[in-house]
Amino acid sequence: MAKQHVVVVGGGLAGLAAVMKLAEAGVHVHLVSMVPVKRSHSVCAQGGINSVNPLTRQEGDSEHLHLDDSVYGGDFLQHQPPVKEMCDWGPKIVDLLDRLGVPFNRTPEGFRDQRRFGGTLFKRTAFAGATTGQQLLYALDEQVRRWEADGLVDKYEYWEFLGLILDKNGHCRGIVMQDMFSMEIRSLAADAVVLATGGCGLIFGRSTMSMICTGGAAGRAYKAGVIYANGEFVQVHPTAIPGTDKLRLMSESARGEGGRVWVPRKPQDSRDPKSIPAAERYYFLEERYPKYGNLVPRDIATREIFDVCVTQGLSVEKERMSVYLDVTELPPGALKKLDGILEIYEKFQGADPRTNAMKIFPAVHYTMGGLWVDYEKDARTGGLVIGSPRNQHSNVPGVFVLGEADYQYHGANRLGANSLLSCIFAGLIVGPTIENWLKSLPKGKASEQSAALFDGAVAEHKRQMEGLIHGDGNENPYLLHQELGDWMTRCVTVVRHNKDLKACLSKIDEFAHRYERVSLSDKGHWTNQNLSFTRALGDMILLARVITEGALLRDECRGAHFKPDFDIPSPTSDEPSELRRQAEAWCRTFKQRNDRWLKTTIAKYTADGPKFSYEDVDTSLISPRPRTYGLKGAEIIEKTWKEQSSPAGGARREPTPIAAAAGGH
Amino acid sequence: MSKTFKVRVLRQPEPHSGSHWETFNVHHEDGMNMTTVMQRIAAHPVTVENQPTTPVAYDCCCLEEVCGACTMVINGCVRQACSALVDELLKDSPTGVEVSPMTKFPVVRDLVVDRKRMFESLKRVKAWVAVDGYHDLGPGPRLTPAEQDEAYPLSRCMTCGCCVEACPQFSDRSTFIGPAAVSQVIFFNAHPTGRVDRDARLEILSGVGGIVDCGNSQNCVKVCPKDIPLTTSIAKAGRDTTLYKLRKWFGR
Repeated sequence: MAKQHVVVVGGGLAGLAAVMKLAEAGVHVHLVSMVPVKRSHSVCAQGGINSVNPLTRQEGDSEHLHLDDSVYGGDFLQHQPPVKEMCDWGPKIVDLLDRLGVPFNRTPEGFRDQRRFGGTLFKRTAFAGATTGQQLLYALDEQVRRWEADGLVDKYEYWEFLGLILDKNGHCRGIVMQDMFSMEIRSLAADAVVLATGGCGLIFGRSTMSMICTGGAAGRAYKAGVIYANGEFVQVHPTAIPGTDKLRLMSESARGEGGRVWVPRKPQDSRDPKSIPAAERYYFLEERYPKYGNLVPRDIATREIFDVCVTQGLSVEKERMSVYLDVTELPPGALKKLDGILEIYEKFQGADPRTNAMKIFPAVHYTMGGLWVDYEKDARTGGLVIGSPRNQHSNVPGVFVLGEADYQYHGANRLGANSLLSCIFAGLIVGPTIENWLKSLPKGKASEQSAALFDGAVAEHKRQMEGLIHGDGNENPYLLHQELGDWMTRCVTVVRHNKDLKACLSKIDEFAHRYERVSLSDKGHWTNQNLSFTRALGDMILLARVITEGALLRDECRGAHFKPDFDIPSPTSDEPSELRRQAEAWCRTFKQRNDRWLKTTIAKYTADGPKFSYEDVDTSLISPRPRTYGLKGAEIIEKTWKEQSSPAGGARREPTPIAAAAGGH
Repeated sequence: MSKTFKVRVLRQPEPHSGSHWETFNVHHEDGMNMTTVMQRIAAHPVTVENQPTTPVAYDCCCLEEVCGACTMVINGCVRQACSALVDELLKDSPTGVEVSPMTKFPVVRDLVVDRKRMFESLKRVKAWVAVDGYHDLGPGPRLTPAEQDEAYPLSRCMTCGCCVEACPQFSDRSTFIGPAAVSQVIFFNAHPTGRVDRDARLEILSGVGGIVDCGNSQNCVKVCPKDIPLTTSIAKAGRDTTLYKLRKWFGR
């Protein structure tokens, strides 16, 4: 009778990897998801999955270099042991996916083909057409269906996670969930709960994320006491197609093939772009970065496009921010190579980009921050102790977090094609972790809890639901969400100023008050999507505060978090000894910044708002160094830094030249 | 500037209740698609008669036509709402847009239908590669680019339901497994490891609701949003089941 149960919430790559690994070990799993798991947001990943492979290895690549690229890309904000372990597992994970039948692209000889991605010099990225995420998700979905057929997995699709059930000692004993069709609310007892519930891009209104990426589950866990870490780190991709309902990714290969970015010099010039003469076009990337032109690193491209539209008011349209990405003058051969991505534009914009300049704008793409999780370091390898119950374990006993919902693998900025890897890796290692966690518990702990614990939690959620349904204020949840998104996008994305962040914080307070007066247009008890959205809006407002306040407090530039007021001025002198002096000063300031800010942001829920503290980062494997790509004076800074730090930290290895700064697709 | 157009939606409050049409005036926006239309109606659910109503229930997720969630019947064609652009719809039908749920699945509410039957079919045909386990056992089998070229399109099936909606043989009164599942059989039977379950899959396709139920209308391939060569898969399945039955007949 005293059977132990595991609940996995979320059926994207991370959740499914955990389920199949647990089922393989004979552990029974309840899999809870708002959507049929095959429709999870992982399907949107296009680019690929990184791992060291036989080819790159012979070019000098190693797991250590993959680790280096990952932590350098992340501006050293990740604890290094879990990232090391992930990179070590990369080759094994891609092999496994290969065995599961993922149709990876092949070389003529029949090996897996690999492409090069941002942030590295090596061709580490395996891919399956332009839909790698979809292909990987399907492979795991199929494996989980196999276990479902064997009776080891019970799926609860179209069930929404409402909250954790904690006993009086703060141990998690299960979850409360709601059937999204019948609106029935019930509890599930669990000895371990895994949250693999994705990112929270919807806080920014429209983003590249799916409509389920509200952060609702993360918000509910945070409110129950799970720490939220590094919330302020949000990756913005420079080129997305602004849609009326969402922002869709436009690959940077459009610029790679010669596409040019511009705006009319006259604000909101209404002429057909083709009829605007060259002299009246502002090719701002080419003018500002003559050396790199349109191929500046992603974070710089993002900032410049944002600056031209927001600060200088030169957006192509007033209502909807955008700049032109123009491939109309490319030769047919170059256009042919871009067919795949140009078709996406054509399908969703209804205009042929071969003859009309595309309108694009940066878009929120990935949340590096998330729920805090622990790990156990292996002193011998520098990686993880596999099977340790501490791995992926949050501060609430019995709650584990994986995938984009956790904060652990991407630091201040995610490297492209590392997210699919981090999701599957965390899912696979949480299997043995939970097995050992279950062994350490007295049998049947969760199901033997008093019924009152579960009934009480269900009753509380029913009360909250009725409260929302019967609210009779005058606030429209959809319009309130739009306002929240507009403010968050304006103040807390690409360029951050403390003045704006403060204004945004008081606006969030206002939103929280207005949320109390929210009124539903659907007061029924059958498939009420209005209720589900409104409930998530409350969580979005809660996390918006964590993100914004975290950004306000962090007075530095790191990865995706860019505050021009705290940028260290580049060495500019033409006179060598003065240049050297400036570079030394730069390195001193950089070191002071690291001493103060190379720390994980920790946010704890209180009724009066988040309580912030900071935690040291484990940089035991690779010493932090300046991330200088695209920076003026990069050479002299790197030289000075190397000289200053090498006698003391002799173990530091040669920095790898890094090709691009930010991650993404 | 404030151009509007009409959207007629077939509403059904509950699985066993009747259905009725409601019409909404929606403000036109440049580049608008049908999921945006649904969002605008949700934010302001008032009919043309100025009657307040509830937001239209509908499924949606990725809005990029890779998840398959927002499948519905728009102006008589089954397709994803996210890739249905209003301007193009209005070009063919200037009076407005008409939206209704798929007809081959039980309606849950409004445009939300229960497509569980399709996922159950995937279970029946063992739509997976039965690997030994998830430990590190080296890479998978080597495949030629030509094999990958054949497999990849089949692997893009989103289980969206367009093919079965358009199929005259698939209904709540028939047991036909439908083109999507047949195509998955071909996908997994072509894989060097997936092949171990080949006969079990062909046994299902040889039985009741299997490949003989296909009426060869070829509607499925026309509506597939991912251009999956469904009729090619069906033809292969026909041949493979025949060979399978012969092998079975002669005790292989």
